[in-house]
Amino acid sequence: MFTYSLKRLAIAIPTLLVLIVVSFMLMHAAPGGPFTSEREIPPDVLANLNAKYGLDQPLWRQILSYVWGIVTQFDFGPSFVYKDRTVNQIIAQGFPITLTYGLISFALAVIVGVSLGVAAAVRHNTWLDYIAVGTSIGAQVLPNFVMAPILVLVFTLWLGWLPGGGWQGPEYWIMPVIALSTSFMASIARITRSSMLEVLTSNHIRTARAKGLPERRVILRHALKPAMLPVISYLGPAFVAMITGSVVVDIYFSTGGIGKAFVDSALNRDYAVMMGVTILVGALTIFFNLVVDILYGWIDPKIRY
Amino acid sequence: MALLEIDNLSVTFDGEDGPVHAVNDLSLSIDRGQTLGIVGESGSGKSQTAFAVMGLLAPNGRTSGSVRFDGQEILGIGHKGMNQLRARRIAMIFQDPMTSLNPYMRISDQMAEVLTLHKGMSKRDAVAESVRMLDAVRIPAASERIRLYPHEFSGGMRQRVMIAMSLLCRPDLLIADEPTTALDVTVQAQIMELLNDLQREFGMATVLITHDLGVVAGFCERVVVMYGGRVMEKAPVDPLFAQPTHPYTRGLLGAVPRVDDEDAIMTAIPGNPPNMAGAPEGCPFRPRCAYAALDCSVMPPLVSFDGDRARACHRPIAEVAA
Repeated sequence: MFTYSLKRLAIAIPTLLVLIVVSFMLMHAAPGGPFTSEREIPPDVLANLNAKYGLDQPLWRQILSYVWGIVTQFDFGPSFVYKDRTVNQIIAQGFPITLTYGLISFALAVIVGVSLGVAAAVRHNTWLDYIAVGTSIGAQVLPNFVMAPILVLVFTLWLGWLPGGGWQGPEYWIMPVIALSTSFMASIARITRSSMLEVLTSNHIRTARAKGLPERRVILRHALKPAMLPVISYLGPAFVAMITGSVVVDIYFSTGGIGKAFVDSALNRDYAVMMGVTILVGALTIFFNLVVDILYGWIDPKIRY
Repeated sequence: MALLEIDNLSVTFDGEDGPVHAVNDLSLSIDRGQTLGIVGESGSGKSQTAFAVMGLLAPNGRTSGSVRFDGQEILGIGHKGMNQLRARRIAMIFQDPMTSLNPYMRISDQMAEVLTLHKGMSKRDAVAESVRMLDAVRIPAASERIRLYPHEFSGGMRQRVMIAMSLLCRPDLLIADEPTTALDVTVQAQIMELLNDLQREFGMATVLITHDLGVVAGFCERVVVMYGGRVMEKAPVDPLFAQPTHPYTRGLLGAVPRVDDEDAIMTAIPGNPPNMAGAPEGCPFRPRCAYAALDCSVMPPLVSFDGDRARACHRPIAEVAA
């Protein structure tokens, strides 16, 4: 398992390189640039700016020096738009925020989603099942850009219970967490339910019942583990999606996470910030796919690395 | 008093196209230490009878009638009530050893939990007892192999593990639902021999469900022949084989290849087993029976004859010949 993990991490390096090269080229292929604006910039000034940020170099040299900067100094470059800030600073400022509400949302989505899914499967075709399925479909089709303003309307404007935006303490976390976690929770509940239903019809569950085990033990000890396999493969990418935040959450609740930074960078052609966030998401995705595979090996003894 | 007494058991499944009557008015009984075979084709209701006794029917299954175990009514008492009996007093082994063990748990955990739960043993004692039981079903190097997962065993070995697991609490009754069907022939013989030895050693009553008449002849004292969810014939093994009187039993015996008489022609029963969703009125075997007559459109009652034999047939063969 240890050598397997090392191998996987070693493969991650070329994967990231490919990711960098492809995104770099896509980014530069998009029309416009960081210094394109409505106001005409004098050609001399533009040439100077391009020279300062290295944009006058051929693309392959830009990529090389970018990667070189990362490898030697972990330097993701300066922001092209915010003159006094580096990419590292922008991520260091926004990422802890997204990480906070992302982790809470993830924990909530997993705990509630899995319990709801298991309960619905165990009480298959009863009112509890119907309510669980109904709510998860509802939660899944309600997009968070609709839910977020409704939350603000109800809890801030009408009831006045929660602050409408900002990031100053736990009460500021509640609405972002609800807005972010609901649809993930619904997906987890639905995957858990269907996979649990399937496991409950399998022969080894019948054996467990024939052994006279209490139903609780049949579910928790015999059925839950295999039922979690499809859920876990969903959780890897979902986890990354949640901790790297959501544009909608950052915009509606002014949380200041990197979700907004990412979208702004794309709109402003802030090449360095865009690359920085892309690499962050890429690296996290690779890492958590590895975590998922290791979890698989832990659950299913037939999988050996 | 019989150990297990089934009276007028019916099992019905609510299907998309109306109810399916899997078992109809089945009555049988088995005494302590006895061996009973239930024989029939696929779909004859023999497995559903076993599941009804164990309380393990699919959720859309309904039962009526009565099943008494050791004098206590157990039909419809639910998982809670059945869990007082399962493994402790009634155990079951299943058709498909490849999927009947939990692939995600070590054998030691799967076996030990039976003893920690029902006998209140410590984990350590439970594992030690499980190893002894694996020795009893002749699994070599049991004390090491008990740490393995099911996929590290062959099919025959997994069935041995299932058998060992079912016997942990020394049950009074073992229900074996086609225990050898999924195994290849040489392994089948070994498993049946093992079951035979264990039955004698532990003295538990055993219900053997099978479609293999050869297995019944070698293992059981009494036989119940089922077809279309109904009992066709009940008899001790020897007279049944020597002189089958029910046309269906006779058809089944005719379809068994014989080693002692190479010239004997194996005759298949014409037609197919009935689709239980639209079973015909009267005797279910009527459409395939060579002796069928008009009165067969009314289900014949199960009539005793010749001491402890019984059959449900208007046209038994001995009388047709006479």
